[in-house]
Amino acid sequence: MEFLAVQFLTGLASAASLFLVASGLSIIFGVTRIVNFAHGAFYMLGAYLAYTLTERLSGPLGFWGGLLTAALAIAAIGVIVEIMLLRRIYRAPELFQLLATFGLTLMVQDLVVMIWGPEDLVGPRAPGLKGAIEIFGQLVPRYDLFLIVLGPTVLGLLWLLFRRTRWGVLVRAATQDRDMVAALGVNQKWLFTSVFALGVFLAGLGGALQIPRDAVSHAMDLRIIVEAFVVVVIGGLGSVFGAFIAAVIVSELNAFGILILPKISLVLVFLVMAAILVFRPWGLFGRAEGQPRQTLGLTIRPWKPFTRTERIAAALAALVAALLPLVDGAYALTVAAEILVFTLFAASLGFLMTVGGLSSFGHAAYFGLGAYGAAFVAKSAGLPMEVALLVGPLLGLAGAVVFGWFCVRLSGVYFAMLTLAFAQITWSVAFQWVEGTGGDNGILGVWPSAWAANPERFYWLVLAITATGIAALRALAFSPFGYAMRAARDSDLRAEAIGIDRKRVQWTAFIVAGTFAGIAGALFAFLKGSVFPENLAIPLSIDGLVMVLLGGVETVSGAVAGAIVYKALAIWLVSQAEFSKLVLGGVIVTLVVAFPKGIVGFIEDMRARRPRAKAAAVAEAAE
Amino acid sequence: MKLSVSQLDSFYGPAHILSDVALDVGAGEVVALLGRNGAGKSTTLRSIMGLVPQRTGRIVFEGRDISTLQTHEIARLGLGYVPEDRRIFTELTVEENLMVGRQPPRKGAPAWTRDKVFSLFPNLGEMRGRLGGRMSGGEQQMLTIGRTLMGNPSLLLLDEPSEGLAPKIVEEMAEVVLAMKREGLSVLLSEQNLHFARKISDRASIIEKGRIRFSGTMAELEANPGIRDAYLAV
Amino acid sequence: MTALLEVEGLTKSYGGVHAVRDVSFALETGKILALIGPNGAGKSTCFNMLNGQIRPDRGVIRIAGRNTTGLSPRAIWRLGVGRTFQITATFNSMTVRENMQVALLSHHRELFVPRGFAGRFHVGRADALLDLVGMGHQAERACGELAYGDLKRLELAVALANEPKLLLMDEPTAGMAPKERADLMNLTARIARERGLGVLFTEHDMDVVFAHADRIMVLNRGELIAQGVPQQVRNDARVKATYLGGAT
Repeated sequence: MEFLAVQFLTGLASAASLFLVASGLSIIFGVTRIVNFAHGAFYMLGAYLAYTLTERLSGPLGFWGGLLTAALAIAAIGVIVEIMLLRRIYRAPELFQLLATFGLTLMVQDLVVMIWGPEDLVGPRAPGLKGAIEIFGQLVPRYDLFLIVLGPTVLGLLWLLFRRTRWGVLVRAATQDRDMVAALGVNQKWLFTSVFALGVFLAGLGGALQIPRDAVSHAMDLRIIVEAFVVVVIGGLGSVFGAFIAAVIVSELNAFGILILPKISLVLVFLVMAAILVFRPWGLFGRAEGQPRQTLGLTIRPWKPFTRTERIAAALAALVAALLPLVDGAYALTVAAEILVFTLFAASLGFLMTVGGLSSFGHAAYFGLGAYGAAFVAKSAGLPMEVALLVGPLLGLAGAVVFGWFCVRLSGVYFAMLTLAFAQITWSVAFQWVEGTGGDNGILGVWPSAWAANPERFYWLVLAITATGIAALRALAFSPFGYAMRAARDSDLRAEAIGIDRKRVQWTAFIVAGTFAGIAGALFAFLKGSVFPENLAIPLSIDGLVMVLLGGVETVSGAVAGAIVYKALAIWLVSQAEFSKLVLGGVIVTLVVAFPKGIVGFIEDMRARRPRAKAAAVAEAAE
Repeated sequence: MKLSVSQLDSFYGPAHILSDVALDVGAGEVVALLGRNGAGKSTTLRSIMGLVPQRTGRIVFEGRDISTLQTHEIARLGLGYVPEDRRIFTELTVEENLMVGRQPPRKGAPAWTRDKVFSLFPNLGEMRGRLGGRMSGGEQQMLTIGRTLMGNPSLLLLDEPSEGLAPKIVEEMAEVVLAMKREGLSVLLSEQNLHFARKISDRASIIEKGRIRFSGTMAELEANPGIRDAYLAV
Repeated sequence: MTALLEVEGLTKSYGGVHAVRDVSFALETGKILALIGPNGAGKSTCFNMLNGQIRPDRGVIRIAGRNTTGLSPRAIWRLGVGRTFQITATFNSMTVRENMQVALLSHHRELFVPRGFAGRFHVGRADALLDLVGMGHQAERACGELAYGDLKRLELAVALANEPKLLLMDEPTAGMAPKERADLMNLTARIARERGLGVLFTEHDMDVVFAHADRIMVLNRGELIAQGVPQQVRNDARVKATYLGGAT
């Protein structure tokens, strides 16, 4: 009993940092509508900076001053980022900002290794709070008690800030209606900057406060960002109080999960989040969002099926791709096949995102399920590749059937977060179910049938399946079912009013997308000859998002172009540069600023410009 | 002239909404911009406020060209904007809504305080702590005007103040506009309700398909039934 | 003979406050019925209970003799009820014709067809309905760039896609010029007569209401305070005091 009480206190102490980070994330989202993926990066930078400062400075003043200075420095960096980068893209489609902050995250990951090295660093203990106190006969670190008090204190200060100051009232007003606040004479640019600075300050402080408890490492950004997302979603987006309660729930689940249910400790939090979202689709303290902002940008240009010429051009492109083995060797073909596999993966996600308007943050789950499905069939059941390629993707389909049923009950960011949660659950199963999946060691020796074993034949096989898959998805977009998806995306209200079952349409779309991702995954398993948990991990889901956004979310097949560019660039950079993430992140940030409509969106804009000018002239003459 | 607009063109993406719009508002004057929905009334007011991303032309307010300024800068010069859909901060109380609008007092414009707003709208004074979202349409319309007055504007852009209100409340609204005029405020209002505009305006302009088709005094408009019927068709 | 739409004792409250209380009325085929009242009187709540968006606490709704209380908007639409929205709800990324086609595909239960170009389905029927409301010449335009009045007319065409018996129109003429208002309501009345539809609409514009409604109901604070033919309602002392004022 005493032990449990102390475990509870440990959970509360962990909640403090998590609350700081999550509340910052929540505040930033509330006002700027930016899902700040780089929040974890700021947290990590806060920890590293605090490490350096507290090493250099001595005494209690040096330690506490170091922590605070680190957090303030992070806030200053945040201000620079907001002014230089985010201000340019506030009007871009919502997810584009996520892409930009993801690019930043990549850059910071390499920067941290460049500056502080790859080793974990252990910071100093807090002066005056070293040692432990005996509670219920158990030892509790003093620093933990300090953190337990700190959490509610920060919550109270934030409450006062938002309720009792004009700045706070302005922020709450801007959360609801930015333009109106500007029309009342408030410079919302600086309001946004100050909100971003506050949010990032909290992240930096959260990181700095961790150094007496945990080692500082270059992987801490992704770990915290996923948890912070979970907290924000459970608590309700934009609710600071919700973030506090949710941080406590999540931390306690972590603290007790490892004791009571070690087998599923990694998924416990995500299971709880999924359950909460099913019953409270806007989190514990969130509110139903009114009419969500137009998910896409200006959709004045209706989609058209390919013209004859465009169809011929597409066929020619496939033909040129088929001729690649004549000029290139085995390595190039393997790389090309990998790019193709990801093109199909991106196309399946693009179908869901652009036609269906559903932004999945966990699409890799279905890719990975397809890969594991194929591996099970090939390795465990010992059946040939042909069977594995047919049956394997069914595992992706099954996953999409189950998870999709829950996900389509939500929308917007909550939908995205639930897909993320399910992907994380899937990953945890692959990682922890060692008897079935080999855990971290994966499943090895998944090889193609003899006839397809040489690189050229396998490349052709991949090309044929990928091209067919992409063509099928495109045809589906223009079929009656594609219209139903677009209808459900454009106006839920109108769709229901003309008898369209939105959930059923979106569920079906989810299953279709999951199945095609599964096909890509099954191909990938045979391409690599192995399957690992990383094939359904979050970074791969993010890669998919990047590809789609890079191609352009307002286009039917932009994902294809986005996948080719991104994947080719990533593979090339890894082979060329030592700090490839830094360069890749930089390229993503640049592309986001330069082409806010994506590559294909940009090309379409250029093509549309001329005829439109002509049409305007005609209209003018007619008047 | 308090406000003088000329050669104003506005675009939403590829759509050309306003062409060559010209308007004047004299000091202490109430001018009505009349036209049907979609004619460009709201876009004109929004363009003056800098809320339309693409606009060209001259917009001179108190002798200063504001056509390249940003929305908050325009508001700080003393242009108050009351949107047609009211846009109350529903999660904020009445008092907090007013607080958002607060700006320092300005020379040459009537100065407003919270209490003065409550004396113009006694209803609001009785519900200071109520959330904006829990108010009726008429009360919200009062609050949105009060909120803008807190910025001490010298000219008020009033977008369709009578829209969606019960006929009885519309009559009260007319009284409010006249009271503000007595305080020395200039008003440019957009309306489709000629009956309402007639009661409170000195002059009127008619807009149709993004172009000004008529400008003159209220009396000239009354004397010109052809124009009235073509664009307003009462 | 049973009426097309029969409502008995319809009641809905939020947090102890009655939004709509004990509302009863009936609507005959071919007739136009207006529901008026100040903002917050419960018009929208009442309206949304009829179309299935809100579930009533008490009361019964019968459409063509069938109890539809508590059915979903989808189910009610399938029973032959078309509707238009106060703030237009259309598929903005699609063209005008495509908006019609989606409704027609849904009516023919073809939405899950995965093959063929949807753009080739029901073109004739779509264009005929668009011509009926005077939108035929704009069929190729993207919905997102239409003028407001045109969106309202498109909504009317979409509402006719399932051959409805009953039309529910929430402020159909809000934001239109007086001439357009009269045109739209004349068109609605003609369609109602020719096709034997009943129409229920809410409206703020008293000119529209008194010119086009066969009967009028006045809602105040959730309760029906009057109903009858226009002349009756216009002269009702209570209606004058609470709603119309001295203006009319």
